[in-house]
Amino acid sequence: MSIDISQFLVTFYEESFEGLEIMESELLNLDVGAADNETINTIFRAAHSIKGGSGTFGLNAVSDFTHVMETLLDEMRDGRRQVTQEGVNILLSSVDVLREMLTALRDSAELNVQRVAATKQQLDTLLGGDAVSSEEKPQAEQAPVESSFQLWAIDFRPHLDMLRTGNDPVRMFRELSDLGELNATVDVSGLPAWDELEPEESYLNWKLALDSDKDEADIREVFEWVDDECDLNIHQAAGLFVEAQHEEAAPVQPLATPPIQDKTDTVAAVGTNAGSAKEPARKPTASGDTSIRVSIDKVDELINMVGELVITQSMLSQYGEAEKIDTAGIERLRDGLGQLERNTRELQESVMRIRMLPISFAFQRFPRLVHDLSSKLEKNIQLKMSGEQTELDKTVMEKIGDPLVHLVRNSLDHGIEKPDVRREKGKPEQGTVHLNAFHQGGNIVIEIIDDGAGLNKDKIIEKAVGRGLLVEGEAVSDEQVHDLIFHAGFSTADTVSDVSGRGVGMDVVRKNIRSLGGTVEVTSKVDIGSTFTIRLPLTLAILDGQLVKVGTETYIVPLISIIESLQVKMDKVNTVSGKGEVYRLRDEYIPVVRLYHVFDVEPDGRELTTGLLVVVEAEGEKVALFVDDLFGQQQVVIKSLETNFKKVGGVSGATILGDGTVALILDVKGLMGLYQKQTPARDLYLVKSSDAAA
Amino acid sequence: MATILAVDDSASMRQMVAFTLKSAGHQVTEACDGQDALKKAKGNKFSLVLSDVNMPIMDGIALIKELRAMGDYKFTPILMLTTESTGEKKQEGKAAGATGWIVKPFNPDQLLATIKKVLG
Amino acid sequence: MAETNQTLEVGDMMSASDEGQQYLTFILAGEEYGVDILRVQEIKGWDSVTHIPNTPEYVRGVINIRGTIVPIIDMRIRFDIEQLAYGPTTVVIVLRVQGENGDRIMGVVVDGVSDVYNMSDEDIKDAPDFGSAVDTKFVKGLATVNEKMVIILDIDHMLNSQELNEVDSVVE
Repeated sequence: MSIDISQFLVTFYEESFEGLEIMESELLNLDVGAADNETINTIFRAAHSIKGGSGTFGLNAVSDFTHVMETLLDEMRDGRRQVTQEGVNILLSSVDVLREMLTALRDSAELNVQRVAATKQQLDTLLGGDAVSSEEKPQAEQAPVESSFQLWAIDFRPHLDMLRTGNDPVRMFRELSDLGELNATVDVSGLPAWDELEPEESYLNWKLALDSDKDEADIREVFEWVDDECDLNIHQAAGLFVEAQHEEAAPVQPLATPPIQDKTDTVAAVGTNAGSAKEPARKPTASGDTSIRVSIDKVDELINMVGELVITQSMLSQYGEAEKIDTAGIERLRDGLGQLERNTRELQESVMRIRMLPISFAFQRFPRLVHDLSSKLEKNIQLKMSGEQTELDKTVMEKIGDPLVHLVRNSLDHGIEKPDVRREKGKPEQGTVHLNAFHQGGNIVIEIIDDGAGLNKDKIIEKAVGRGLLVEGEAVSDEQVHDLIFHAGFSTADTVSDVSGRGVGMDVVRKNIRSLGGTVEVTSKVDIGSTFTIRLPLTLAILDGQLVKVGTETYIVPLISIIESLQVKMDKVNTVSGKGEVYRLRDEYIPVVRLYHVFDVEPDGRELTTGLLVVVEAEGEKVALFVDDLFGQQQVVIKSLETNFKKVGGVSGATILGDGTVALILDVKGLMGLYQKQTPARDLYLVKSSDAAA
Repeated sequence: MATILAVDDSASMRQMVAFTLKSAGHQVTEACDGQDALKKAKGNKFSLVLSDVNMPIMDGIALIKELRAMGDYKFTPILMLTTESTGEKKQEGKAAGATGWIVKPFNPDQLLATIKKVLG
Repeated sequence: MAETNQTLEVGDMMSASDEGQQYLTFILAGEEYGVDILRVQEIKGWDSVTHIPNTPEYVRGVINIRGTIVPIIDMRIRFDIEQLAYGPTTVVIVLRVQGENGDRIMGVVVDGVSDVYNMSDEDIKDAPDFGSAVDTKFVKGLATVNEKMVIILDIDHMLNSQELNEVDSVVE
């Protein structure tokens, strides 16, 4: 029979990658001076698991590689080897290599075998000696030597407590009889008097005669487990026994079978120049795979909610079946519907939570990243993380990974200064990058705070003028300047370091975050530091929206972008000829966007006083949307327009209202773009101070 | 056929072992560490216990000791899943009361053969 | 807004047949057109749509069909035929259109549905440029049924045009 266990490889890869994460974070936690044994043990166990599993699944290169790591770790946990920084670093590289090896195997991709060999060499050298090559031999394989049939005399005397280990002489005799013809003679001389007999103890001894063509080692093997718990004597016996009927001895159970098909783990080597160790793109463990681990509690909660839903449903259908529905009946129906609403809402929240995972999964790559990068940049940087338990949608988390990396790298590279520069400024030599996550409103906020040099406003303006984004001498606020760094092709780094700063980064970061329905902003103070703030919706499928009326159409404005709604006071409205209208709100001038115009629909009224202004914000810019009226606020399910149609400017999606009609969900940033295209003024927000005051 | 308790902190190993044993007609219960195994062992009489050695919370050796202290499991065959590199573990395990061991890595056929040996 | 018109599932209208393919025919400005019945998801009466801004005029808007957003295209406007006011006999045929990125569901507004006919490939002859409203590149061929001419449409071609596919440049 051959059982295919390759179906469990997926699980093996998953848990191995998790194990590697644990190894890495614990290695980083390891205090070289005073290594905590429990930590070393944890690292050891992770390596041991991977070694065991890879051997079982036939991934021998992985098994061999991990074996050396495991041996090192074993020595460390036993105290036979000191924990040194060098050792930790080599182990860290080994974790990387293992990751690459497993990824290459899982994805059938190419592997940089040179790197593997080089790192293995380092491990071996550290271990001090030639590596013990794969010695994972299955149990002693003895090719049955074609010996002729012999009579073996076996003297088997179990110790008193042999039975206590669950070993049964009968089992051993059965095995022996598989090796040849067996005859057993029991010796009861060891039996005590009945009243002294302990049923759990073994008093019997046997003399066994085995006629077999197997050799002594095979016979001993049968007793391998009880080696310490018995007295065993095996010798060849001369003389006859039973009539020789030398049939083929029953074949020994093949205890030694070649390991399962050796997966080709030496996939084609990548021809790289050994010099440039280009950091291989590291895929986060939760990378685009289509499965999710859910805690059983969440599932139970869900089951409960569905149960309640079923009860409510049957209650409602009972009421509905009444022949006549009187006032009392209507009351009951209303109550039932109220309950239905509660059940549905709870169910929805419950389901959403299933897709949520703590952001620690996205954060966990950073200790290593900061560790490696800061030594590479010769800077002293510590990483602080908080709010790692804050939960967000799994898909959102997968997609926020790369933008986060870019922003953190940016802080390390351009933000935090070198130790001597910091000293001159009177700042502590060690710079800090702080990753923080928390919930706010219906969103998750992620902050990347550094205490570095801050953004250089002059340099940015200079660059912007150079690229035609600003006119020389234009009055711009600090926020506007800072926001400029998100423009395409913008990088004020003097030298393009290979870490970041090739200028392709920030605009892509913003685009990616925007495509998740989120926003990213930066605030900064020179020499104090910068803070990047990312806001993301907790879920991609549902939105809290404000319904607005424009003529016969209903639109949805995302609540997250609304600052306030107000009635128009005409004295606050200023028209700038050729450029449009602005509204003075406290100390700001905000462009007025007439939605009916942008969307080409017939409004109820064209006078601003007949309607309302909804002030919205996106990425540092504000506009006031002119609508006829406000309807309620509600949660809406986001439906894609692109499934059957296409992306439309100013619209991020659609939803289906309670009456079955379709309402469009507005994309505030896109609307601003539409409006600016329709109104010739290029930078409407600049209208405020200079022109409007005139 | 038999009711087997399989203990290992590695999910892929558990799955592989469970699948193999089930396809031979045995009933299998999985546990992820010693503590979990003990919980499941109480109140259920398993005819065989398979256990990994290196596990968090409670390792295989401790589990064997605990099991042997329980009346129901005094004579139950308990097999350790060990690797060569933890050779002394075999002795430790035996001292704790293990019946025997299976050496990792093993393939499904080896596993079934050993089980058959023990269960008869 | 309760739907006053019933939604007809295609099955209601099929007549049994074994030969060739079946085509659903509809009337548009006096001419009879046909589409492969396997592409017809359902037939609905006209109901109000939600207008989408910045789209060609022939895209009337979108409607909700059992939770999916479906665009509705007015054929008369599309082919520059004088528009008709929508009335109780106005019909929307919901079609499955095959595109490069998969299938899409779209509805087309027509004057009325005609019938379902069997036609084999030989029955459909090549169409010369005969001055029909519909651009010949959207026409698969011509067929004659009961002495009437039926224009067989290539809906994949017709409903996959650039304008219905391209992302608005405005968006960036």
